[in-house]
Amino acid sequence: MNQLKNFTKGFIKENPVFVLLLGLCPVLGVTTSAINGLGMGLATTFVLVMSNLVVSLVKSLIPPKVRIPSFIVIIASFVTIVDLAMNAYVPALHAQLGIFIPLIVVNCLVLGRAEAFASKNSLGSSIVDGLGMGLGFAFALTLLGALREILGSLSIFGFQIAKGDGMLVFVLAPGAFLGLAYLIALMQRINKN
Amino acid sequence: MAKKESTIVNMVMTLLIITGVASVALAFVYNATKGPIAEAKQAKLEEAIGNVLPEFDKLSEEKKITPADGNDELSFYDAYKGETYVGTAIKTFTDKGFSGRIWIMVGFAPDGSIVNTAVLEHKETPGLGDKMDVAKGTFPLQFKEKNPASFKLSVTKDGGDVQAITAATISSRAFCDATRRAYDNFMNEKNGGTE
Amino acid sequence: MEYILIIISAIFVNNIVLAQFLGICPFVGVSSKVKTAAGMGGAVLFVMTIATIVTWLIQTYVLDKFGLQYMQTIAFILVIASLVQMVEIILKKISPSLYQALGVFLPLITTNCAILGVALLTVQKDFNLMQAVFFAIGNAGGFALALILFAGIREHLDLVLVPKGMRGVPAALVVAGILALAFMGFAGLV
Repeated sequence: MNQLKNFTKGFIKENPVFVLLLGLCPVLGVTTSAINGLGMGLATTFVLVMSNLVVSLVKSLIPPKVRIPSFIVIIASFVTIVDLAMNAYVPALHAQLGIFIPLIVVNCLVLGRAEAFASKNSLGSSIVDGLGMGLGFAFALTLLGALREILGSLSIFGFQIAKGDGMLVFVLAPGAFLGLAYLIALMQRINKN
Repeated sequence: MAKKESTIVNMVMTLLIITGVASVALAFVYNATKGPIAEAKQAKLEEAIGNVLPEFDKLSEEKKITPADGNDELSFYDAYKGETYVGTAIKTFTDKGFSGRIWIMVGFAPDGSIVNTAVLEHKETPGLGDKMDVAKGTFPLQFKEKNPASFKLSVTKDGGDVQAITAATISSRAFCDATRRAYDNFMNEKNGGTE
Repeated sequence: MEYILIIISAIFVNNIVLAQFLGICPFVGVSSKVKTAAGMGGAVLFVMTIATIVTWLIQTYVLDKFGLQYMQTIAFILVIASLVQMVEIILKKISPSLYQALGVFLPLITTNCAILGVALLTVQKDFNLMQAVFFAIGNAGGFALALILFAGIREHLDLVLVPKGMRGVPAALVVAGILALAFMGFAGLV
């Protein structure tokens, strides 16, 4: 497929969260606000792009039987780099995302793309795939985060838009499930057309 | 392109090399970020202390005190303006939070009265327990300039003088527990300390 | 006594799936039959407990001792991946029927964020080894509970009329949301 299609597929048609249903743990766990969702999405995109890049580069050097453990070490390294960097330069966001940053390593999206795409495609395509899927993921996280933030805290990206308390349930656990349910239903509807 | 064969030697070598390269890369990044991470942590601590004490220009070294009721430590920071001792900031905690441990910073004036409080870390429920943070609610304001000798550090439900956060009694109780712990140990130290 | 508190807290108050959002992928994907849910729960119990013990040992005697905390993510995930491989091999040898029954779930456990999550939480909470074991067992129990409850509900959901746009995953997530709401009632138990 041409690179434009390769890039944009991650947003709607093959959106990792709404269509492929991959990487759901952080989706529910960190989307209490738009900025958290965006931060997590970008961190994951970084890991995804870098690991796709490296995997695509070394794919012919890895014996097939150990490719999964090898991919895992490569991914884990970039996750650690992102973890350290965020702790150093954006400590507040790092504290908010907490345990979900190291959990990027078990995000089925990242390992999935390494296995399904990067290990079989050229360097350029793999990078574009990583970017597209990662940003699509970030898009989904930010969308859910914004939804929960607006309904639950009456703010968006930290800016208060109305006084008083919102529907608390949306920043709590049940709201995550409910918000995601309706967004997926919506996306499925859009994709049908 | 030809794939490498999955012989034992190849497999082990590949994993060793990858892990080796990864370790080196990570050690490098770790060293590079060690400084900024420590700086950010220190800045956050100093900001918290600044919020709970009157003006000071010198902070003593962190003094770790083990309270009598447990084995986790409190951190004491004495503050001075010039040569005058202006107060002590105590990093205290409670395990009685709704969702686990809460760390708060309490600033005491030399006479034992509370200057101010600041929440450092908590996992309380958004919209309920998190109102213990000044950013989200007015609960902590009632502790300002109160002397625990006369202002009883427990919620009114328990016979004290603290107005609990509506529908967040557990978080409010926990906050009181942490401040009580700080006060008790502050007075203990002031009066010569026991252990 | 505190061990009971750890277990109750892990199963009900801070349920790993419904409150901490770990282990969602298998939760949504696997849990359409009670039997398979129970099987997954059992496998997770085994792997989670052993993984927590091994990672605790590595954290204490290797990472902390040599100041190598930044290798935590790599070390932990390698331990989990190898454990799952070993479990697969051992199970194939000792109990081929059980191996067949668990089928494709076994390799999936590696990417189960609940396993890595619990290992990381154990370190974060500074548990000693005994507490860590109870914490792992408690969380695995909580995971199994959530999964089985969910599967039971889903079995009934299949027989009911759901609006077309919400069929499948969306409806399942709404159910999960209601379950999460219910479990919130346990807050304040400990």
